[in-house]
Amino acid sequence: MNKIIKTKFLNERVKLFEIESPLIARKRKPGQFIMLRISEEGERIPMTIADSNVETGTITIIVQSVGKTTSELQKLEAGDTILDIVGPLGKPTHIEKFGNCVIVGGGVGAAIAYPTAKAIKEIGNYVTIILGAKSKEYIILKDEVSTFADEVYITTDDGSEGMKGLVTEKLKQVIEEQKIDFVLAIGPVPMMEAVASLTKPYGIKTVVSLNSIMLDGTGMCGGCRAVVGGKNVFVCVDGPEFDAHEVDFTILMQRNNIYRDKELECNLEKQANEMQKKMEQNNV
Amino acid sequence: MYKNINARPAMPSQKAEDRIKNFDEVNLGYTVEMAKLEAERCLQCKKPLCVEGCPVSVKIPEFIAAVVEDRFEDAANILRQDNALPAVCGRVCPQEEQCENLCVLSHRSKPIAIGNLERFVADWQRENIGIQVPEIQTSTGKKVAVVGSGPAGLSCAGDLVQMGHEVTVFEALHELGGVLTYGIPEFRLPKEIVKKEIEVLEKAGVKFVRNYIVGVIETLDELLERFDSVFIGVGAGLPYFLNIPGEHLNGIYSANEFLTRINLMKAYKFPENDTPIVTMKDKSVAVFGGGNTALDSVRTAKRLGAKHATIFYRRTEAEMPARIEEIHHAQEEDIEFNFLVAPIKFNGDENGWLKSVTIQRMQLGEPDSSGRRRPLPIPDAIEDIQIEAAIVAIGNGSNPIISQTSPNLNVNQWGNILVEKKTMKTNIPGVFAGGDIVTGGATVILAMGAGRAAARAIDKYLKNKQWETIEVEQAEW
Repeated sequence: MNKIIKTKFLNERVKLFEIESPLIARKRKPGQFIMLRISEEGERIPMTIADSNVETGTITIIVQSVGKTTSELQKLEAGDTILDIVGPLGKPTHIEKFGNCVIVGGGVGAAIAYPTAKAIKEIGNYVTIILGAKSKEYIILKDEVSTFADEVYITTDDGSEGMKGLVTEKLKQVIEEQKIDFVLAIGPVPMMEAVASLTKPYGIKTVVSLNSIMLDGTGMCGGCRAVVGGKNVFVCVDGPEFDAHEVDFTILMQRNNIYRDKELECNLEKQANEMQKKMEQNNV
Repeated sequence: MYKNINARPAMPSQKAEDRIKNFDEVNLGYTVEMAKLEAERCLQCKKPLCVEGCPVSVKIPEFIAAVVEDRFEDAANILRQDNALPAVCGRVCPQEEQCENLCVLSHRSKPIAIGNLERFVADWQRENIGIQVPEIQTSTGKKVAVVGSGPAGLSCAGDLVQMGHEVTVFEALHELGGVLTYGIPEFRLPKEIVKKEIEVLEKAGVKFVRNYIVGVIETLDELLERFDSVFIGVGAGLPYFLNIPGEHLNGIYSANEFLTRINLMKAYKFPENDTPIVTMKDKSVAVFGGGNTALDSVRTAKRLGAKHATIFYRRTEAEMPARIEEIHHAQEEDIEFNFLVAPIKFNGDENGWLKSVTIQRMQLGEPDSSGRRRPLPIPDAIEDIQIEAAIVAIGNGSNPIISQTSPNLNVNQWGNILVEKKTMKTNIPGVFAGGDIVTGGATVILAMGAGRAAARAIDKYLKNKQWETIEVEQAEW
């Protein structure tokens, strides 16, 4: 169980893992996530299930290295095992025949948007996908989404691929050219917030997937609480997807920064350990 | 022999000034001499009221008599006939409201220290001869799934495996023990003790599956296809918040989250362990609530170096639902108490960090439905108190995962599973439930009692295959 079958770097900071997990593969639906832990001292972190295969009994997760756990996770290779995996968690995406849909994936958010976009397409919606990143190297899953999407657009901050600019600029163009019924936006908080304020005046139903800090992932701790429509919600059991026009993004961003100083401490510790190791090696 | 009925040796403990700097157990346990002295005080009542006060009817005078005669192993076996986790209950049961409350000696002097003796006997057994694997009856070939490895699930599994059934326990987290592991701190219940008890169940044949959330990975209906019966003991896993403005601010935790970070994830060892906790060292930490969980939280905050670790409670010390021993320990540890206050709102800085709480001072009015005097606001007595971290310990609702994924399971308006009291059976044939998911937040021993009651009914059901009328001899818990 939990054996890594295949890995692949999608870019220098983003790595895909295919993991043996037949029970979760059988049950998961688009929009759901797992919690995982890689060592006895490790923390529990949430990861969206990007894909699954019932025949091979595997699930796919796409990991961007942002902190200690994700960078340690990236060191694992095919044949290694992930200590703990639990899921599938969260409510599956609500999928219906919306009509004309735009899916916006910012950076590694594309990995989270991918399974939902595919499911939305499968029930007969028209699907336009906008993938945005800093530059060409950071665009992921372009080929994969191109296999099913009706239209695919790329935006990059530096113009190294597709349109130079932000995903919201492209989205605005699309909205002005076509009648859009539904938007799903997944990516960094400022991007999701920008998409929400762009679509609101048009009255377009818009959904975002929140990336809160979680501990157990089952509703037991309330650490992932966010404010949606003026009410406290638990992202793990009430979400992770919510009406973008109701989400308080300022609070979301603030809560995601709770452990910023601790991450720094963790990185300093890691650097110190590495330096010590180097010094010890030099002495030998 | 002369019996000094006033003796009741005090429980030896770590000095307060030492223990607030570590997470080791506060109480050190009776010595053999102390245990014998205390056991000799027992009057061996013909009609022992203490047994009636025990939710699992431990044969208290019998095990105490064995202690008097140096038969510690016998004492342990007598305890274990009725209580699967004596080392745990000796530490966390509210004895003063149960067995000890009914001890006849309490009229004349102090009641027998039943909890301390229970702990002594269980510890003596574990440390000297090891916990014996109970005798297992011939296999019945019946399979039972137990959902949740907390007190209810463990006691249910322990009894069922002895009755010869094949038992599999499913746990959502990566470690077993439920609230005993993630909730109750090491300084009150060392995790090693919980592990040892679970090891014995494993040796007896109970199978444990971690990281398995029944409801999402396998529904109740699916479980029933491969098990003859299911017991649900998932606890009350959905924390209540105060629902006042500012509760999203950074630095505010539910007690569940705070204690899980510390107990399960060992955040106090950060950065060696990866799970962080907001800095409490030299800070003012407020804990809202008056129960055992509130005290566990405030004493944990103290051990993390809080300058002020304060209980904020709407009523007074007399109304606090916490165990008396914990209140005393907290007082010794310089925990501060702010009684008759109700929080109105939390105030933060521009980055979303908690800075203060606005409170309303209260006074006690007439008793309410719970029999406790109802706190009423004092007009205009509103003030701001500077705090940098807050822990909300006002109880738990029921976790929705099982009821959402099994819509045919009958629950009440709060999501608690409805059961028939004697048998703990639900409305779904083959499915039983007990513990906090039925009662709402209660105690370890009540959950264990429910687990045992269910085990007895499950056994009957599996033998007779009669769902409508499950005859159990035992009175209701």
